[in-house]
Amino acid sequence: MTAPVLKSTDRGLYCEAGDFFIDPWRPVDRALITHGHADHARPGHARYLATETALPVIRHRLGDITAEGIAFGEVRRIGDAEVSFHPAGHVPGSAQIRVAVGGEVWVVSGDYKTAPDRLSEPFEPVRCHAFITECTFGLPVFTWAQEADVAGSINAWWAANAADGRISVIGAYSLGKAQRLLALLNDGIGPILTHGAVEGTNAVMRAQGLPLPDTVPVTPETRSKDHPGALVIAPPSALGSSWMRRFGAVATGIASGWMAFRGVRRRRAADRGFVLSDHADWPGLNNAIAATGAERVFVTHGYTAIFRRWLESEGYDAQVLGTEFEGEDLDARDDDNAPAQTGD
Amino acid sequence: MHRFATLFTRLDQTTKTNTKVAALAAYFREAPEDDRLWTIALLSGRRPRRTVTTTLLREWAAERAGIPLWLFEEAYPIVGDLAETIALVLPPPETRIERSLADWIGEIRALAEVDEAERKRAILAAWNGLETTERFVFNKLITGGFRMGVSRKLMTRALAQATGLDEADLAHRLMGDWTPEKVSFSELIHAPDPAADLSRPYPFYLAYQLDVEPDALGAPGDWAAEYKWDGIRGQLIRRGGTWHLWSRGEELMTDRFPELAAALDFLPEGTVIDGEVLAWAEGRPLPFARLQKRIGRKTVPKKLLAEAPAILHAYDLLEWDGRDIRALPFADRRARLEEMLADVPDTAPFLASPLISFENWEALAEARAASRDRAAEGVMLKRRDAPYRDGRRKGDWWKWKVDPLVIDAVMIYAQQGHGRRANLFTDFTFAVWNGNDLVPFTKAYSGLTDAEFREITAWVRRNTLERYGPVRAVRPEHVFEIAFEGIQESPRHKSGIALRFPRMNRWRKDKPLAEANTLDDLKAMLAAYG
Repeated sequence: MTAPVLKSTDRGLYCEAGDFFIDPWRPVDRALITHGHADHARPGHARYLATETALPVIRHRLGDITAEGIAFGEVRRIGDAEVSFHPAGHVPGSAQIRVAVGGEVWVVSGDYKTAPDRLSEPFEPVRCHAFITECTFGLPVFTWAQEADVAGSINAWWAANAADGRISVIGAYSLGKAQRLLALLNDGIGPILTHGAVEGTNAVMRAQGLPLPDTVPVTPETRSKDHPGALVIAPPSALGSSWMRRFGAVATGIASGWMAFRGVRRRRAADRGFVLSDHADWPGLNNAIAATGAERVFVTHGYTAIFRRWLESEGYDAQVLGTEFEGEDLDARDDDNAPAQTGD
Repeated sequence: MHRFATLFTRLDQTTKTNTKVAALAAYFREAPEDDRLWTIALLSGRRPRRTVTTTLLREWAAERAGIPLWLFEEAYPIVGDLAETIALVLPPPETRIERSLADWIGEIRALAEVDEAERKRAILAAWNGLETTERFVFNKLITGGFRMGVSRKLMTRALAQATGLDEADLAHRLMGDWTPEKVSFSELIHAPDPAADLSRPYPFYLAYQLDVEPDALGAPGDWAAEYKWDGIRGQLIRRGGTWHLWSRGEELMTDRFPELAAALDFLPEGTVIDGEVLAWAEGRPLPFARLQKRIGRKTVPKKLLAEAPAILHAYDLLEWDGRDIRALPFADRRARLEEMLADVPDTAPFLASPLISFENWEALAEARAASRDRAAEGVMLKRRDAPYRDGRRKGDWWKWKVDPLVIDAVMIYAQQGHGRRANLFTDFTFAVWNGNDLVPFTKAYSGLTDAEFREITAWVRRNTLERYGPVRAVRPEHVFEIAFEGIQESPRHKSGIALRFPRMNRWRKDKPLAEANTLDDLKAMLAAYG
């Protein structure tokens, strides 16, 4: 068998032929970044490479970094490796990274979602010999409803709260989920207010031309009576915090794939849980893997041991790829709620 | 089923009591009578008998979902609920079946009469005609253990709103051993039934723990105090030439405590006593473990009768001379109780639980502090002029338990919880030092906040040393203060001791591993309090 194109190291996934890392978790010289979420785009690298659409948010979050943009599909040579970025459909600008070395093609999925939303570039399967796939929701109990149906429930919930004279507050991660919600909401129901963390990302995305509806940033002066029937989008960590007091009696909801579980819905103590994920569901993962034509599959981020065994029973050469995280943790490493990500 | 599933969703989607009661009351107004009856039954812990084993349900669900059984079995503990796991793995329904709740329950019960192939056909047909929430509800009806986040008290309140009947009266009607198979909605709610009335208990009055100093309660003279015994709270009914003994959980315990049949000889007709069943010898209670041996049995062998003879410590008199006297002040009820028991010979298994006389709150505090010496858990405070209420209410009764015993222990094993606590590590095993070894001595499941459970869960995942099925051995690092109410010798446990009501009192992040308590410390506690 040919030498591996990528290998797992204590700093992250490394390509020897090109001397670069993909989404490394410790400082390196050259980092290729799939997308801007904090567990993928970390500070401290000497050089960054990411898609042109992902880069503004990455700069917004990491500050002054040396970074270069690349277009989707553009092939670039780094050392003895050829690299290109392909839409992952996870959040705007998110990419799978294809690495080819001497005819051997590997693809790193990053985080991905196969169903389209209204903002992200839709997922594109990429043929390869080896596929490194996330499996956050790699269990047969996860099957997402159509996005339009989820949008319908959220809008109906908002409208009912507005009719009751209550403000709706929905918890959603500030990069990706919040903007996806904005694109789904029927802003005829009432004004949409945003937490500072959400609005920061909104401003960046508006500046790069993504179509987002008008929003009103929440400030210390914001009074709920000035915004009857409003819906507020805030990071989940803000729910139940003192920040919420200004809105009086509110109805609360959380939008996340983990809301598929009744136990999680009840534990979060929000009134409603909407099952809306930026990751692939069980059918999505299986279809995506099949579409790559890969024989070797490395699984990471999620129910890795179980998913690996399943893939093996389906005839793949499947292995678990270690990460710094044990991704099965529903609460601490929920992509929408990871502690490291809630502060921004 | 659609209506019931909608109710379930509405109850599940809110944490607000008033919204829940309103949703339930609306349901009680609109649903067909049989569905109302079954809803009352389900919400008061009554369920249809299980007609299909969970093993078969798992196999059929995996088969229908097109996944291997091992994969289903891996997913189940992660979801934390079997009915939910099945509902989630199945492919979307291909048809739509609309039948009433009572109708579905009838179908499930009828499965007892048919062979396995027919059961499978019926279950698969149901799964294929119900959407996800309805499927979940259907699976819950088959597997039992239905919890909808509505207490019996809230259900009764909603029913009172819907029917316009008195809440306390309804609560009384819903007590006892009725089943929806044998009674109709109107018989249960409206019609008098002399036979059922004969055994029907009153709703128990439950006390909250006193969380302030007792001087906040006012003058000591307004209050009566008695010991809080560590037995089984029970209600003894003596009516119409029969006797019945009910537990607080409304379980009929008559056959388990045959010595209390002496009620027929010594207690007058038309008597209901609220008291505590205790294993008793030589004038003091035996450890709860002795009584516990009798709980799990339907009938009691002679040997146990001799080893752990039971008596009823009477706290209160609810019915006297066939009359409901719960509205009378406690002082009056108590006087009648004492008068009645004065005529009972000392050899009969009925004692009035003694009142504690106290001049001031300091004196009561002393009695409380010494209650462990009497094998009591603390004291109960009852306002002398208060009626006997129903359910858990603040104000007239307070339990003032002794401070728990505590020991600092090291967490060594962890296991995930179920239901609301699925996906969280909530079930832990703790150890104390014996030289350089850690000896496990207790499990504990409660006492931490959700945030703490999340924190320890993340830690467990990163610090697992070994896995034994669902149990993980974790790196000994964290010290917890374990609180408990009693300590007893136990040959069944490796450490030789067993604790009563152990729970995690505090996460001792300040405490180094080496400073956790030792087995010798535990043995000293056993010697002092066992």
